[in-house]
Amino acid sequence: MITNFFEGIGAYGVLMTKVFRKPDRWKLFYRSTIKEIQLLGIDSIGIVVILSVFMGAIVTIQTAFQLSDDPLIPTYYIAMATRESITLEFSPTVVSLILAGKVGSNIASSLGTMRVTEQIDALEVMGVNSANFLILPKIVAQLFFNPLLILMSMFLGLWGGAMAGDMLGLIAFQESISGYQLEFIVFENVIYGLIKSVVYAFIIGSVSAYSGYTVKGGAVEVGIASTNAVVRSCLAIILSNYVLTDLLLN
Amino acid sequence: MIQVKGIHKSFEDNHVLKGVDVDFHRGETNLIIGSSGSGKTVFLKTILGLHQPDQGQIIYDGEVLSEMSKQRAKKLRQEIGMLFQGGALFDSMTVAQNIRFPLEMFSEMTEHQMDERVKFVMNRVRLEGADSKFPSEISGGMQKRVSIARAISMSPKYLFCDEPNSGLDPETAIVIDQLIHEITHEFGMTTIVNTHDMNSVLEIGDHVIFMKGGHKVWEGNSSEVLKSTNQDVEEYVFKSKLFKQVRQALR
Repeated sequence: MITNFFEGIGAYGVLMTKVFRKPDRWKLFYRSTIKEIQLLGIDSIGIVVILSVFMGAIVTIQTAFQLSDDPLIPTYYIAMATRESITLEFSPTVVSLILAGKVGSNIASSLGTMRVTEQIDALEVMGVNSANFLILPKIVAQLFFNPLLILMSMFLGLWGGAMAGDMLGLIAFQESISGYQLEFIVFENVIYGLIKSVVYAFIIGSVSAYSGYTVKGGAVEVGIASTNAVVRSCLAIILSNYVLTDLLLN
Repeated sequence: MIQVKGIHKSFEDNHVLKGVDVDFHRGETNLIIGSSGSGKTVFLKTILGLHQPDQGQIIYDGEVLSEMSKQRAKKLRQEIGMLFQGGALFDSMTVAQNIRFPLEMFSEMTEHQMDERVKFVMNRVRLEGADSKFPSEISGGMQKRVSIARAISMSPKYLFCDEPNSGLDPETAIVIDQLIHEITHEFGMTTIVNTHDMNSVLEIGDHVIFMKGGHKVWEGNSSEVLKSTNQDVEEYVFKSKLFKQVRQALR
C-alpha cells in the first residue's frame, strides 16, 4: 500500500511535467479553457449560491444560540463571529470540498471515458501532447474561476447570515452589517481565503485529472476513478488546509 | 514503405512479439490477420510507436523510428492516420469539428482552406450533410467513415486501421473495406489493417501476413491465402462453415 502511494505520487509528478508545457496551438488552448470555465465554473454557480446562503444562515443561528444567553455580550458579536467562520473556513474549505465532489467527478469521468474509448490514444497518435491539451485548460479554468466562486460564496454567506438573523429576530440586518465591518482586516478575512481557494483549485483540477487520465479498463474502472478523484481531492484539501492555516495565521 | 526488422516485445514475463520481420509497401493494403492473442494489436501499436520494442527496428521510408529526433518523431505522427476499432471520435465535437481538428492543430491553412479540405474529405467518404451531427447521433458505419475522414484529412503517408469492421453489418463492412482500399491506392498511402475478418482479406488484401504466438507464420496475398498449405493458416481460414464449403468448391 505504501509502495502504491509513493508510485502514485511519482506518476502524478510525471503527469504534471507533461501538463505544464507550452500548448501546441494557443487558439485551441483558449477555446478549451473558455469551454472548461463554462462547464466547471459557471455551471457550479447555482450550487455555490444555495450552499453559501444557507451556510451563512445556519452559522448565524448557531452563533446566536451560543451567545444570546449572556446579556453582557453585544449582539453585533454574533455578526463578527459569523464573518470569521464564513471567510476563514466555511467559504474557502467547505465550498471547495463540495466542488471537489461536483467538479472532480466530472473531470475524472470525462477523462476516464476518453481513455477507455481510445480518444486519448487518438490524440497521441496524431502527435498531440494529450495531457497538456486536455488537462491544462481544466486546471487553468479552476485556478481562474474557483477564487471568484469563493469570493461570491463569502459575500452570499454573510448576506444569508444577516437575512436569517433579521427574519428570526436574532440580530437586526443593519447591526449585522456593522458587526461584519468591525475589525475587518482585508488580509485575514479575504486574501487568506483566496490563497486557500487557489491551492484547492489546483488540487481539484490536477488530482481529479490524474485519477481520470490514468484509468485502465472499462466503465467500472471509470466509476472507480471518479470516486477516487473525489476522495483523493477531499483528503488533499483537508491536509493542505491544515498546513495553510498554520502557515498563514501563525 | 514501412520495414519491420526483428521486432521483439515483452510485457514483464509475457513475450508477445518474437522476432517479426516484414515489409509494408506503399500503395498497398497490408493486412495482419491471426487469432486473438497472436500479438497483432501489440505489433500494430509497436509499429506506431505507442510501445517501445525491446529489440529490432521500425523503419519509415529509410528513417529508423527509434533514432528520430523528438521533432522528427512528432512530424512523423502528423504523417500517420489512424482508424481505431471503436472510432475514437471526440464526442464533445461535431463530425466536421472532428475532421477539422488535426488541421487546426498542425496545419498552417486559413479558415477557408480548412473548410474546403473538410468538405473534400467528407465528400470523399460520402458523409455529406452530417457535418453538424455529434458522434452519438450517427450510426456505427458513419462513425467509421468519420474516423477515416479524420485520418486522411492531413493527407497522411501511412494509414493504420485496427479492426475497422468490428461491430458492423456485412454490407457496411464491405463499404468500409472498399473505402480503405480505394483511398490507399488513390493517395498512395502505406496502409496496415489489423483484422479478424476473412471477407476483408479476400476483398482488399494486397499483402497479407498471418501471425501466431508472436511470430509471422505466413505471408502472401488475398488469392494465395485460400490455397495456402500452411497448417496454421488453413486452420484459421477454414474455421467457419462458409469457408469450409468454399474450400470444397475450390477442390
